[in-house]
Amino acid sequence: MQVAIIKYNAGNIYSVDCALKRVGVDAVITDDEEVLKSSDKIIFPGVGEAASTMHYLRQKGLDKLIKSFTQPVLGICIGMQLMCRHSEEGDVDCLNIFDVDVKRFCPMKNEKIPHMGWNSIERIDSHMFPVDLEGKYVYFVHSYYVPECEYTTAVTDYIQPFSAALHKDNFYATQFHLEKSGKVGESILTHFLNL
Amino acid sequence: MLAKRIIPCLDIKEGKTVKGINFVNFRDAGDPVALGKAYSEQGADELVYLDITASYEGRKTFTELVRKVAANVNIPFTVGGGINEMSDVDRLLNAGADKVSLNSSALRNPRLITEIAKNFGVQVCVVAIDANFEKGNWCCYLNGGRVSTGRDLFQWAKEAQERGAGEILFTSMTHDGVKNGYANSALARLNEMLNIPVIASGGAGKKEHFRDAFEIGKADAALAASVFHFGEISIGELKEYLEKENICIRK
Repeated sequence: MQVAIIKYNAGNIYSVDCALKRVGVDAVITDDEEVLKSSDKIIFPGVGEAASTMHYLRQKGLDKLIKSFTQPVLGICIGMQLMCRHSEEGDVDCLNIFDVDVKRFCPMKNEKIPHMGWNSIERIDSHMFPVDLEGKYVYFVHSYYVPECEYTTAVTDYIQPFSAALHKDNFYATQFHLEKSGKVGESILTHFLNL
Repeated sequence: MLAKRIIPCLDIKEGKTVKGINFVNFRDAGDPVALGKAYSEQGADELVYLDITASYEGRKTFTELVRKVAANVNIPFTVGGGINEMSDVDRLLNAGADKVSLNSSALRNPRLITEIAKNFGVQVCVVAIDANFEKGNWCCYLNGGRVSTGRDLFQWAKEAQERGAGEILFTSMTHDGVKNGYANSALARLNEMLNIPVIASGGAGKKEHFRDAFEIGKADAALAASVFHFGEISIGELKEYLEKENICIRK
Protein backbone atom coordinates (compact mmCIF):
# COMPACT_ATOMS: atom_id res chain seq x y z
CA MET A 1 0.00 0.00 0.00
CA GLN A 2 1.33 3.43 -0.93
CA VAL A 3 0.56 6.24 1.51
CA ALA A 4 1.32 9.85 0.57
CA ILE A 5 1.54 12.90 2.81
CA ILE A 6 0.75 16.14 0.98
CA LYS A 7 3.76 18.44 1.11
CA TYR A 8 2.85 22.10 1.59
CA ASN A 9 3.72 25.09 3.79
CA ALA A 10 2.37 23.64 7.04
CA GLY A 11 4.19 22.38 10.11
CA ASN A 12 4.23 18.95 11.76
CA ILE A 13 4.59 16.93 8.56
CA TYR A 14 7.56 15.15 10.15
CA SER A 15 5.42 14.21 13.18
CA VAL A 16 2.76 12.66 10.93
CA ASP A 17 5.46 10.77 9.04
CA CYS A 18 6.83 9.46 12.37
CA ALA A 19 3.35 8.34 13.48
CA LEU A 20 2.90 6.44 10.21
CA LYS A 21 6.28 4.75 10.72
CA ARG A 22 5.20 3.72 14.24
CA VAL A 23 2.19 1.91 12.75
CA GLY A 24 4.44 0.28 10.17
CA VAL A 25 3.95 2.48 7.09
CA ASP A 26 6.69 4.21 5.11
CA ALA A 27 4.92 7.18 3.57
CA VAL A 28 6.07 9.41 0.74
CA ILE A 29 5.98 13.17 1.36
CA THR A 30 5.18 14.86 -1.94
CA ASP A 31 3.32 17.57 -3.87
CA ASP A 32 3.71 15.68 -7.16
CA GLU A 33 0.36 15.20 -8.88
CA GLU A 34 1.11 11.77 -10.38
CA VAL A 35 2.52 10.35 -7.15
CA LEU A 36 -0.44 11.65 -5.15
CA LYS A 37 -2.99 10.35 -7.65
CA SER A 38 -1.45 6.88 -7.69
CA SER A 39 -1.36 6.58 -3.89
CA ASP A 40 -3.82 4.32 -2.06
CA LYS A 41 -4.23 6.67 0.89
CA ILE A 42 -3.49 10.36 1.26
CA ILE A 43 -2.83 12.32 4.45
CA PHE A 44 -3.39 16.09 4.47
CA PRO A 45 -1.69 17.17 7.72
CA GLY A 46 -0.93 20.53 9.15
CA VAL A 47 -0.24 23.07 11.78
CA GLY A 48 -0.59 26.52 10.36
CA GLU A 49 -2.76 29.49 9.53
CA ALA A 50 -5.74 29.11 7.18
CA ALA A 51 -5.29 32.08 4.81
CA SER A 52 -1.56 31.61 4.16
CA THR A 53 -1.82 27.82 3.71
CA MET A 54 -4.85 28.21 1.42
CA HIS A 55 -3.00 30.80 -0.64
CA TYR A 56 -0.08 28.39 -1.01
CA LEU A 57 -2.36 25.50 -2.06
CA ARG A 58 -3.94 27.69 -4.78
CA GLN A 59 -0.56 28.86 -6.03
CA LYS A 60 0.60 25.26 -6.42
CA GLY A 61 -2.69 24.07 -7.94
CA LEU A 62 -3.07 21.69 -5.01
CA ASP A 63 -6.57 23.02 -4.21
CA LYS A 64 -8.13 21.52 -7.34
CA LEU A 65 -6.01 18.39 -7.07
CA ILE A 66 -7.11 17.63 -3.49
CA LYS A 67 -10.78 17.99 -4.43
CA SER A 68 -10.29 15.59 -7.34
CA PHE A 69 -8.95 12.70 -5.21
CA THR A 70 -11.07 9.55 -5.25
CA GLN A 71 -9.03 7.45 -2.78
CA PRO A 72 -9.43 7.88 1.03
CA VAL A 73 -8.01 11.23 2.18
CA LEU A 74 -7.44 12.11 5.84
CA GLY A 75 -7.16 15.77 6.86
CA ILE A 76 -5.64 16.60 10.25
CA CYS A 77 -6.17 19.86 12.21
CA ILE A 78 -5.65 22.76 9.76
CA GLY A 79 -5.95 20.11 7.02
CA MET A 80 -9.52 19.47 8.20
CA GLN A 81 -10.33 23.18 8.44
CA LEU A 82 -9.02 23.79 4.91
CA MET A 83 -11.40 21.08 3.66
CA CYS A 84 -14.36 23.20 4.82
CA ARG A 85 -16.14 25.99 2.91
CA HIS A 86 -14.74 29.09 4.57
CA SER A 87 -12.58 29.97 7.58
CA GLU A 88 -12.82 32.99 9.86
CA GLU A 89 -9.05 32.67 10.29
CA GLY A 90 -7.87 35.22 7.74
CA ASP A 91 -11.44 35.34 6.29
CA VAL A 92 -10.57 32.89 3.51
CA ASP A 93 -12.56 30.63 1.19
CA CYS A 94 -11.34 27.06 1.51
CA LEU A 95 -11.73 23.82 -0.46
CA ASN A 96 -15.48 23.37 0.18
CA ILE A 97 -15.33 19.59 0.42
CA PHE A 98 -17.36 19.85 3.62
CA ASP A 99 -20.11 22.43 3.18
CA VAL A 100 -19.62 24.06 6.60
CA ASP A 101 -17.80 27.15 7.91
CA VAL A 102 -14.88 27.31 10.35
CA LYS A 103 -15.46 29.70 13.27
CA ARG A 104 -13.32 31.23 15.99
CA PHE A 105 -13.91 30.05 19.56
CA CYS A 106 -15.66 32.70 21.67
CA PRO A 107 -15.07 32.29 25.41
CA MET A 108 -18.32 32.23 27.43
CA LYS A 109 -16.85 32.19 30.96
CA ASN A 110 -13.10 32.76 30.80
CA GLU A 111 -12.30 29.58 28.87
CA LYS A 112 -8.80 29.70 27.49
CA ILE A 113 -8.05 29.98 23.78
CA PRO A 114 -6.48 27.99 22.11
CA HIS A 115 -8.27 24.82 23.19
CA MET A 116 -5.05 23.02 24.09
CA GLY A 117 -4.64 19.59 25.61
CA TRP A 118 -6.46 16.27 25.95
CA ASN A 119 -10.21 16.12 25.54
CA SER A 120 -12.64 13.27 24.93
CA ILE A 121 -14.40 12.26 21.71
CA GLU A 122 -18.08 11.33 22.00
CA ARG A 123 -20.79 9.98 19.69
CA ILE A 124 -18.13 8.51 17.41
CA ASP A 125 -19.06 7.09 14.04
CA SER A 126 -18.33 3.37 13.74
CA HIS A 127 -17.18 3.59 10.12
CA MET A 128 -14.42 6.10 10.85
CA PHE A 129 -13.44 4.96 14.36
CA PRO A 130 -12.90 1.68 16.18
CA VAL A 131 -16.01 1.51 18.42
CA ASP A 132 -14.05 0.99 21.63
CA LEU A 133 -12.70 4.55 21.40
CA GLU A 134 -15.95 6.18 22.53
CA GLY A 135 -15.11 8.68 25.27
CA LYS A 136 -11.35 8.32 24.84
CA TYR A 137 -8.99 11.28 25.07
CA VAL A 138 -7.13 12.80 22.12
CA TYR A 139 -4.84 15.82 21.78
CA PHE A 140 -6.16 19.16 20.51
CA VAL A 141 -4.49 22.51 19.76
CA HIS A 142 -6.73 25.00 17.96
CA SER A 143 -8.41 28.40 18.21
CA TYR A 144 -10.94 27.83 15.40
CA TYR A 145 -13.53 25.07 15.22
CA VAL A 146 -16.07 23.42 12.95
CA PRO A 147 -19.62 23.44 14.40
CA GLU A 148 -21.62 20.23 14.52
CA CYS A 149 -23.01 19.50 11.05
CA GLU A 150 -24.28 16.68 8.84
CA TYR A 151 -20.68 15.44 8.28
CA THR A 152 -19.78 15.26 11.99
CA THR A 153 -18.41 11.84 12.99
CA ALA A 154 -17.22 12.67 16.52
CA VAL A 155 -18.08 15.45 18.95
CA THR A 156 -15.93 17.12 21.59
CA ASP A 157 -17.14 19.64 24.15
CA TYR A 158 -15.18 22.84 24.67
CA ILE A 159 -17.22 26.00 25.28
CA GLN A 160 -19.84 24.18 23.18
CA PRO A 161 -19.96 20.81 21.41
CA PHE A 162 -18.05 20.98 18.10
CA SER A 163 -16.92 18.61 15.32
CA ALA A 164 -13.87 16.61 16.42
CA ALA A 165 -14.07 14.68 13.13
CA LEU A 166 -15.80 14.83 9.75
CA HIS A 167 -16.53 12.38 6.94
CA LYS A 168 -18.06 12.69 3.49
CA ASP A 169 -17.54 10.13 0.69
CA ASN A 170 -13.79 9.41 0.50
CA PHE A 171 -12.84 12.43 2.64
CA TYR A 172 -12.12 12.01 6.36
CA ALA A 173 -10.80 14.56 8.83
CA THR A 174 -9.92 15.01 12.49
CA GLN A 175 -9.58 18.30 14.35
CA PHE A 176 -7.30 16.63 16.88
CA HIS A 177 -3.72 15.60 16.29
CA LEU A 178 -3.99 11.84 16.03
CA GLU A 179 -0.22 11.74 15.46
CA LYS A 180 0.20 13.06 19.04
CA SER A 181 -2.72 11.23 20.65
CA GLY A 182 -0.87 8.22 22.04
CA LYS A 183 -2.19 4.71 21.38
CA VAL A 184 -5.70 6.03 20.70
CA GLY A 185 -4.37 8.19 17.85
CA GLU A 186 -2.37 5.30 16.43
CA SER A 187 -5.41 3.03 16.39
CA ILE A 188 -7.46 5.69 14.55
CA LEU A 189 -4.64 6.01 12.02
CA THR A 190 -4.45 2.23 11.55
CA HIS A 191 -8.23 2.10 11.16
CA PHE A 192 -8.06 4.73 8.40
CA LEU A 193 -5.26 2.86 6.63
CA ASN A 194 -7.43 -0.26 6.62
CA LEU A 195 -10.50 1.47 5.15
CA MET B 1 -14.07 17.98 29.33
CA LEU B 2 -10.55 19.25 28.88
CA ALA B 3 -8.26 17.15 31.08
CA LYS B 4 -5.65 18.48 33.51
CA ARG B 5 -2.19 17.49 32.30
CA ILE B 6 0.64 15.72 34.13
CA ILE B 7 4.06 16.58 32.69
CA PRO B 8 7.36 14.95 33.67
CA CYS B 9 10.40 17.10 32.96
CA LEU B 10 13.71 15.56 31.85
CA ASP B 11 17.00 17.44 32.11
CA ILE B 12 19.40 16.54 29.31
CA LYS B 13 23.16 16.92 29.23
CA GLU B 14 25.23 15.70 26.27
CA GLY B 15 22.24 13.68 25.07
CA LYS B 16 21.71 11.86 28.38
CA THR B 17 19.16 12.26 31.15
CA VAL B 18 20.71 13.78 34.26
CA LYS B 19 19.69 14.16 37.89
CA GLY B 20 20.06 10.99 39.86
CA ILE B 21 17.43 8.83 38.37
CA ASN B 22 16.21 5.84 40.26
CA PHE B 23 13.37 4.65 38.14
CA VAL B 24 11.89 1.48 39.59
CA ASN B 25 12.87 -1.58 37.54
CA PHE B 26 14.04 0.53 34.68
CA ARG B 27 17.49 -0.06 33.26
CA ASP B 28 17.67 2.68 30.62
CA ALA B 29 17.08 5.63 32.93
CA GLY B 30 19.88 7.58 31.27
CA ASP B 31 18.34 7.21 27.84
CA PRO B 32 15.97 10.16 27.28
CA VAL B 33 14.03 8.40 24.52
CA ALA B 34 13.44 5.21 26.50
CA LEU B 35 12.54 7.22 29.60
CA GLY B 36 10.14 9.44 27.64
CA LYS B 37 8.47 6.36 26.17
CA ALA B 38 8.17 4.80 29.61
CA TYR B 39 6.53 7.93 31.03
CA SER B 40 4.20 8.10 28.08
CA GLU B 41 3.18 4.47 28.62
CA GLN B 42 2.51 5.22 32.30
CA GLY B 43 0.08 7.94 31.24
CA ALA B 44 2.11 11.17 31.08
CA ASP B 45 0.17 13.71 29.00
CA GLU B 46 3.15 15.64 27.71
CA LEU B 47 6.92 15.70 28.18
CA VAL B 48 9.41 18.51 28.63
CA TYR B 49 13.05 18.04 27.61
CA LEU B 50 15.39 20.72 28.93
CA ASP B 51 18.84 20.99 27.38
CA ILE B 52 21.24 22.01 30.12
CA THR B 53 24.36 21.69 27.96
CA ALA B 54 26.17 24.90 27.18
CA SER B 55 28.38 23.87 24.25
CA TYR B 56 27.77 24.00 20.53
CA GLU B 57 28.45 20.27 20.24
CA GLY B 58 25.90 19.65 22.98
CA ARG B 59 23.27 21.59 21.00
CA LYS B 60 23.83 19.36 17.97
CA THR B 61 23.48 16.26 20.13
CA PHE B 62 20.27 17.69 21.58
CA THR B 63 18.76 18.32 18.14
CA GLU B 64 19.53 14.72 17.18
CA LEU B 65 17.83 13.61 20.38
CA VAL B 66 14.74 15.69 19.56
CA ARG B 67 14.47 13.85 16.23
CA LYS B 68 14.63 10.51 18.02
CA VAL B 69 12.03 11.57 20.58
CA ALA B 70 9.68 12.68 17.80
CA ALA B 71 10.10 9.34 16.06
CA ASN B 72 9.47 7.23 19.14
CA VAL B 73 7.15 9.11 21.48
CA ASN B 74 3.45 9.42 20.58
CA ILE B 75 2.48 12.34 22.84
CA PRO B 76 3.34 16.06 22.54
CA PHE B 77 6.65 17.32 23.87
CA THR B 78 8.22 20.69 24.59
CA VAL B 79 11.92 21.47 24.36
CA GLY B 80 13.79 24.20 26.17
CA GLY B 81 17.25 25.42 27.06
CA GLY B 82 19.51 27.60 24.96
CA ILE B 83 16.84 28.91 22.62
CA ASN B 84 18.07 32.40 21.82
CA GLU B 85 17.01 33.16 18.28
CA MET B 86 14.56 32.19 15.56
CA SER B 87 17.03 29.78 13.95
CA ASP B 88 17.06 27.74 17.19
CA VAL B 89 13.26 27.55 17.15
CA ASP B 90 13.22 26.58 13.49
CA ARG B 91 15.82 23.85 14.03
CA LEU B 92 13.98 22.30 17.00
CA LEU B 93 10.51 22.42 15.44
CA ASN B 94 11.90 20.90 12.26
CA ALA B 95 13.36 18.12 14.38
CA GLY B 96 9.82 17.33 15.54
CA ALA B 97 9.32 19.27 18.80
CA ASP B 98 5.74 20.47 19.31
CA LYS B 99 6.57 23.50 21.43
CA VAL B 100 9.60 25.47 22.54
CA SER B 101 10.09 26.87 26.00
CA LEU B 102 11.87 30.20 26.45
CA ASN B 103 13.16 31.43 29.78
CA SER B 104 16.07 33.89 30.14
CA SER B 105 16.11 34.66 26.41
CA ALA B 106 12.49 35.88 26.55
CA LEU B 107 13.27 38.20 29.46
CA ARG B 108 16.34 39.54 27.68
CA ASN B 109 14.63 39.82 24.31
CA PRO B 110 10.82 39.78 24.62
CA ARG B 111 10.46 40.38 20.88
CA LEU B 112 11.48 36.75 20.39
CA ILE B 113 8.05 35.71 21.76
CA THR B 114 6.31 37.94 19.22
CA GLU B 115 8.43 36.56 16.39
CA ILE B 116 7.75 32.93 17.31
CA ALA B 117 3.99 33.54 17.64
CA LYS B 118 3.91 35.33 14.29
CA ASN B 119 5.86 32.67 12.43
CA PHE B 120 4.70 29.45 14.05
CA GLY B 121 1.52 30.30 15.98
CA VAL B 122 0.95 31.03 19.65
CA GLN B 123 0.56 27.35 20.55
CA VAL B 124 4.27 26.80 19.92
CA CYS B 125 5.65 29.29 22.44
CA VAL B 126 5.84 28.37 26.11
CA VAL B 127 7.28 31.10 28.32
CA ALA B 128 8.95 29.64 31.39
CA ILE B 129 9.30 31.95 34.38
CA ASP B 130 11.46 31.25 37.44
CA ALA B 131 10.34 33.46 40.29
CA ASN B 132 11.15 33.73 43.98
CA PHE B 133 8.94 35.17 46.71
CA GLU B 134 10.91 37.89 48.50
CA LYS B 135 9.86 40.93 50.55
CA GLY B 136 6.23 40.35 49.65
CA ASN B 137 6.79 40.16 45.88
CA TRP B 138 7.33 37.48 43.28
CA CYS B 139 10.60 38.41 41.58
CA CYS B 140 11.70 36.92 38.21
CA TYR B 141 15.15 35.39 37.84
CA LEU B 142 17.46 34.71 34.90
CA ASN B 143 19.99 31.97 34.19
CA GLY B 144 18.40 29.11 36.07
CA GLY B 145 17.65 31.22 39.13
CA ARG B 146 21.09 32.77 39.50
CA VAL B 147 20.43 36.38 38.42
CA SER B 148 17.68 38.52 39.89
CA THR B 149 15.94 40.87 37.47
CA GLY B 150 13.71 42.90 39.75
CA ARG B 151 10.80 42.16 37.41
CA ASP B 152 7.45 41.16 38.85
CA LEU B 153 6.09 37.71 37.97
CA PHE B 154 2.53 38.85 37.24
CA GLN B 155 3.57 41.85 35.17
CA TRP B 156 5.96 39.74 33.10
CA ALA B 157 3.46 36.89 32.62
CA LYS B 158 0.88 39.39 31.36
CA GLU B 159 3.39 40.94 28.96
CA ALA B 160 4.43 37.49 27.71
CA GLN B 161 0.79 36.65 27.00
CA GLU B 162 0.26 39.92 25.15
CA ARG B 163 3.36 39.25 23.08
CA GLY B 164 2.05 35.84 21.98
CA ALA B 165 3.01 33.24 24.57
CA GLY B 166 0.75 30.18 24.28
CA GLU B 167 1.38 28.94 27.82
CA ILE B 168 3.12 30.09 30.99
CA LEU B 169 5.30 27.58 32.83
CA PHE B 170 5.73 29.08 36.29
CA THR B 171 8.41 27.60 38.55
CA SER B 172 8.41 28.83 42.10
CA MET B 173 12.04 28.90 43.27
CA THR B 174 10.66 29.33 46.79
CA HIS B 175 8.89 25.96 46.55
CA ASP B 176 11.24 24.07 44.21
CA GLY B 177 13.02 21.16 45.87
CA VAL B 178 11.16 21.62 49.18
CA LYS B 179 8.52 19.01 48.26
CA ASN B 180 5.91 20.79 50.29
CA GLY B 181 3.45 21.65 47.51
CA TYR B 182 3.19 24.09 44.61
CA ALA B 183 2.88 27.89 44.95
CA ASN B 184 -0.90 27.68 44.82
CA SER B 185 -1.89 31.25 45.64
CA ALA B 186 0.48 32.69 43.01
CA LEU B 187 -0.81 30.09 40.53
CA ALA B 188 -4.42 31.02 41.23
CA ARG B 189 -3.62 34.68 40.69
CA LEU B 190 -1.86 33.89 37.39
CA ASN B 191 -4.83 31.83 36.27
CA GLU B 192 -7.22 34.63 37.19
CA MET B 193 -5.38 37.28 35.18
CA LEU B 194 -4.31 35.25 32.11
CA ASN B 195 -6.34 33.64 29.37
CA ILE B 196 -3.67 31.13 28.32
CA PRO B 197 -2.90 27.84 30.14
CA VAL B 198 -0.66 27.91 33.21
CA ILE B 199 1.68 25.03 34.06
CA ALA B 200 2.61 24.65 37.74
CA SER B 201 6.20 23.75 38.54
CA GLY B 202 8.26 23.43 41.71
CA GLY B 203 7.22 21.82 44.98
CA ALA B 204 5.64 18.44 44.16
CA GLY B 205 6.29 15.89 46.89
CA LYS B 206 3.00 14.06 47.35
CA LYS B 207 -0.03 13.21 45.22
CA GLU B 208 -2.09 15.71 47.22
CA HIS B 209 0.14 18.49 45.94
CA PHE B 210 -1.00 17.85 42.38
CA ARG B 211 -4.64 17.93 43.45
CA ASP B 212 -4.06 21.24 45.24
CA ALA B 213 -2.27 22.77 42.23
CA PHE B 214 -5.36 21.95 40.14
CA GLU B 215 -8.04 22.76 42.72
CA ILE B 216 -6.55 25.66 44.66
CA GLY B 217 -3.98 26.87 42.12
CA LYS B 218 -6.40 26.34 39.18
CA ALA B 219 -3.41 25.20 37.10
CA ASP B 220 -4.06 23.62 33.71
CA ALA B 221 -1.07 21.31 34.03
CA ALA B 222 1.44 20.26 36.67
CA LEU B 223 5.08 19.57 35.96
CA ALA B 224 7.44 17.58 38.16
CA ALA B 225 10.83 15.93 37.86
CA SER B 226 12.35 14.21 40.87
CA VAL B 227 9.18 12.63 42.32
CA PHE B 228 8.75 10.81 39.02
CA HIS B 229 12.43 10.12 38.35
CA PHE B 230 13.00 8.63 41.79
CA GLY B 231 9.83 6.57 41.56
CA GLU B 232 8.34 8.29 44.65
CA ILE B 233 5.12 8.82 42.71
CA SER B 234 4.14 6.75 39.70
CA ILE B 235 2.09 8.55 37.07
CA GLY B 236 -0.42 5.70 36.90
CA GLU B 237 -1.12 5.84 40.64
CA LEU B 238 -1.20 9.63 40.60
CA LYS B 239 -3.86 9.62 37.91
CA GLU B 240 -5.95 7.05 39.76
CA TYR B 241 -5.76 9.24 42.85
CA LEU B 242 -6.71 12.41 40.95
CA GLU B 243 -9.65 10.67 39.35
CA LYS B 244 -10.93 9.65 42.81
CA GLU B 245 -10.56 13.28 43.81
CA ASN B 246 -12.88 14.20 40.93
CA ILE B 247 -10.23 15.92 38.85
CA CYS B 248 -10.66 15.48 35.12
CA ILE B 249 -7.66 13.55 33.83
CA ARG B 250 -6.98 11.51 30.71
CA LYS B 251 -7.37 7.76 31.24
